[in-house]
Amino acid sequence: MVKLQTRLCQLSSGAILAACAAFFAPGLRAQTVPGASFPPLASAGLAGGTLPDTAGKVVLVDFWASWCAPCKASFPAYSRLQSEYADRGLAIVAVSVDDTPAAYSAFVAKLKPSFVTVHDAGHALVAEVQVPTMPTSYLMDRAGKVRYMHAGFHGDQTLRELRREIEVLLAERAPAP
Amino acid sequence: MKLFVLAVLAFAALLAGGCSSASAVRVRPWQRAALADETMNPDRDPLGTAMIDHVYFSREAASGGRGVGGSGCGCN
Repeated sequence: MVKLQTRLCQLSSGAILAACAAFFAPGLRAQTVPGASFPPLASAGLAGGTLPDTAGKVVLVDFWASWCAPCKASFPAYSRLQSEYADRGLAIVAVSVDDTPAAYSAFVAKLKPSFVTVHDAGHALVAEVQVPTMPTSYLMDRAGKVRYMHAGFHGDQTLRELRREIEVLLAERAPAP
Repeated sequence: MKLFVLAVLAFAALLAGGCSSASAVRVRPWQRAALADETMNPDRDPLGTAMIDHVYFSREAASGGRGVGGSGCGCN
């Protein structure tokens, strides 16, 4: 009898733990942080633009939305970075998380950014990356590894930090093919 | 029996932890488009809010308690 009771307890414990895992697993997806590999952009189902060739380049991926005021403030700053560093090997990809293609298109048409913008319509990429706030940008080295991350955009302070980090990454050698 | 009690306690702790961190129900930063809309701002008409507060205070002899969190972009 005691043996049966113990067995029942073990079974119920297992069932409870399995139920907990199933319930909480979607909310426990890990954030992409410096040191991690960034999910491949090419297979992320991004629409609304053509992805640049990022092989061997320093890549800045920025997540933005048309309803996010700091995102709007960040666009001129990224345009400046694009004009300053594109020739030396920086590629900027701004990923919109807008709910509708119309909102995405209207924002891009209004701001006319000089860098590449794409639309993550299904929120697949942003959900995989788990951005902590809007906007969030990730700076990858030439090997495709996330080296720096900026949660939010704080004007000149963020721009200064990005410049310094981009200089560091551009000075590094590209990995052997 | 002891094991069963432990399992129930562990489940309760997990449930409480999950609810408190709100990982299962939190609106994600990229899902705040509707919340960021101006119509969701409870203070979008400060003069109207002040008048309603004045009427409420005159009628109820009480004020405050109007603060509601949750709207807005939540950016930066």
